[in-house]
Amino acid sequence: MSTIANEAPKRIHPHKFTLWVAMGSIIMMFAGLTSAYIVKKNQSSWLEFDLPVVFMYSTLVIMLSSVTVHLAAKAFKAREMSRYRMLITVTAILGLAFMGLQILGFMDLEARNIALTGARSNSAASFLLVITGLHMLHVLGGVIALMVMFIKAYVSSVKNYSSLSIELVGTYWHFVDILWIYLFIFYNWIS
Amino acid sequence: MSNEAVLHAPAEAGLHHEAHGDHHHEHHHETFISKYVFSMDHKMIAKQFLITGMVWAVLGGLMSVLFRLQLGYPEASFPWLEDILGKWAEGGKITPDAYYALVTTHGTVLVFFVLTAGLSGTFANFLIPLQIGARDMASPFMNMLSYWFFFAASIVMLSSMFVEFGPFSGGWTAYPPLSALASASPGSGTGMDLWLIAMALFVVSSLLGGLNYIATILNMRTKGMSMTRLPLTIWALFFTAVLGVLSFPVLFSGFILLIFDRNFGTSFYLSDIFINGVGALPNEGGSAILYQHLFWFLGHPEVYIILLPAMGMASEILSVNSRKPIFGYMAMVGSLFAIAILAFLVWAHHMFVTGLNPFLGSVFVLLTLLIAVPSAIKVFNWLTTLWRGNIRFTPGMMFSIGFVSLFISGGLTGIWLGNSALDIHLHDTYFVIAHFHIVMGVASMFGMFAGIYHWFPKMYGRYMNNTLSYLHFWITLAGAYMIFWPMHYQGLAGMPRRYYDYSVWESFKQFAELNRFISTVAMIVFAAQLLFLFNFFYSVFKGRKVTTQNPYGSNTLEWTTPVNPGHGNWVGEIPEVHRWAYDYGKDGKEFISQTTPVGADESSH
Repeated sequence: MSTIANEAPKRIHPHKFTLWVAMGSIIMMFAGLTSAYIVKKNQSSWLEFDLPVVFMYSTLVIMLSSVTVHLAAKAFKAREMSRYRMLITVTAILGLAFMGLQILGFMDLEARNIALTGARSNSAASFLLVITGLHMLHVLGGVIALMVMFIKAYVSSVKNYSSLSIELVGTYWHFVDILWIYLFIFYNWIS
Repeated sequence: MSNEAVLHAPAEAGLHHEAHGDHHHEHHHETFISKYVFSMDHKMIAKQFLITGMVWAVLGGLMSVLFRLQLGYPEASFPWLEDILGKWAEGGKITPDAYYALVTTHGTVLVFFVLTAGLSGTFANFLIPLQIGARDMASPFMNMLSYWFFFAASIVMLSSMFVEFGPFSGGWTAYPPLSALASASPGSGTGMDLWLIAMALFVVSSLLGGLNYIATILNMRTKGMSMTRLPLTIWALFFTAVLGVLSFPVLFSGFILLIFDRNFGTSFYLSDIFINGVGALPNEGGSAILYQHLFWFLGHPEVYIILLPAMGMASEILSVNSRKPIFGYMAMVGSLFAIAILAFLVWAHHMFVTGLNPFLGSVFVLLTLLIAVPSAIKVFNWLTTLWRGNIRFTPGMMFSIGFVSLFISGGLTGIWLGNSALDIHLHDTYFVIAHFHIVMGVASMFGMFAGIYHWFPKMYGRYMNNTLSYLHFWITLAGAYMIFWPMHYQGLAGMPRRYYDYSVWESFKQFAELNRFISTVAMIVFAAQLLFLFNFFYSVFKGRKVTTQNPYGSNTLEWTTPVNPGHGNWVGEIPEVHRWAYDYGKDGKEFISQTTPVGADESSH
């Protein structure tokens, strides 16, 4: 054993680290689902259909929201609080808009007589529902976190200079953004 | 964030500035609720996990005694069974439905609630902050949530035993279609709903716990505690947490698809099914094998989630009580790492007979047999740690040695089962039962007992009774071998698992007396566990008090805390670490605590 004391470099905040591990965990869940998708696709009776066009718009919306959450973090660090509050509100609204667009996508499939659930459903469509739906729940988690921060920014009488919360939410938000882009590419080209 | 900040964060919201963060004497106003119920002290949470795990171990063990009664005495009837089980044992004989429910619940409870939550929940919570030199976990609040999600899972699982058609009864692996169709079997309705809810809560609990363990080990170590100075317990608990965090989400995704098949009519797992009394189902194109892939992708790492904490604790206890450094520290860490990697690459060996491509099967055979290499390294190192040691046969040490014995016996049969050709004959026979009960079930139980006996003085500030402990050890060790050894022969003769009554099969009639023998021993071993329970609870309140800080002459940091450490573990500053945890018998000194600076006259190692 070396006897030289380990001079610890500036360590990452435990909560940030925990978030990174949690994101690894979420990746494993989606990796499990998308591998199941591939396995299933290579078996018999797989229904081929075109993705809803609206998914293209939802992709743009969530990418835009990543930009606004990034700007929000910058505004917070510059102590431009009204700009910060505005930007996290826009981000949350874009998040909700994204979820709305995904639901429109599901409705589009149903309208084209591609059942997502029920006896007539093919697992190709059901997979799309389950994977996309789970991703929507993760976006919803981010929206709730933003709302909590929004309320805190108004209600709290104590000035909080720690940018930890916005950094945590920002990282998570970029993560669900990239996760959706992965799923979008996966649906369209990989599988 | 420093240790101090983490400990105070919930109460002070980071606004309170202490000039010296290490002064720790202000009193937290602890009520009964905040100290014993919604506690955020890792030591109390560990005890909560332990006691809940013990309750489940008793229930799960009792279930095995009940179904062993059926297997050992298929013709007999026991009127008292009807008194306790009611309609599940009409006329004093366990019904087939009840038998399957008992087998299923025994498996689920022992694997998840006892040997996952009870084992790593207890010892990860208790040992990580104490042995790395931290005041508490990275997030004490998440830690508390982890326990309460486990508690909620326990309540739901327990309640599933009292619903009209009984708990889920399709095996602990919950394969569809039995688990996917409410009309498939009595337990597949409400029982399975509750099973799924309980398991979902359990996954959340495991993830919250695992995230915390990883973050704590990597970020909260005291000054000087480099990764290579960590005790092996911590390394083992670290890899356990990594396995859990990466594999439980995959099980969760499998469960989500199952929930959709159950409740929303999708066909992920279902195809071409005809149920008697219901008729043909509309589901087309699903694949039940898909569930097996998702399940075993967790299921195999789960085996190591159960086993690794036991390995880590045995390593530590063997070294302390041999008064010798652990042999091959880095090899021990490396083999833990190798096992953690391989754990993710062998899941299909549970599925050799599902019509798996034989070529793919041979790849999984190779990867499976590769696990023998790190396992053999570990066994070699344990034996060489014992070799010419100055051994103290404390109860914890006895159980650690017992663990090594069981790991060898059970591990060797793993080499048989890992062969896809042999597996055609042995699959789903009693040989498999014998293998995994010895290597995973009983061995990990022994690791858990070793941990409890060894760290009991630290947990409760009192000693357990040694005579009862030795009695417990010998009955359990001899009993475990007497129960599971004969099962190898039964399995080789082709006796399948999960059958209700073997006496009606011409081929297995020969085992009637052997089955009775196994059942009898199972009852004796179960009774011996009551000895342990009595010893444990009696000693918590009435045991001999610990008077010295370091009763075992141990190097690790938990023995530098007060005999009854409060929340925050150390009074004053957290000690600094100057050396690894295994300086036993060095330079003529019996042991050198990790907090002792390296002297100028000391030889390097």
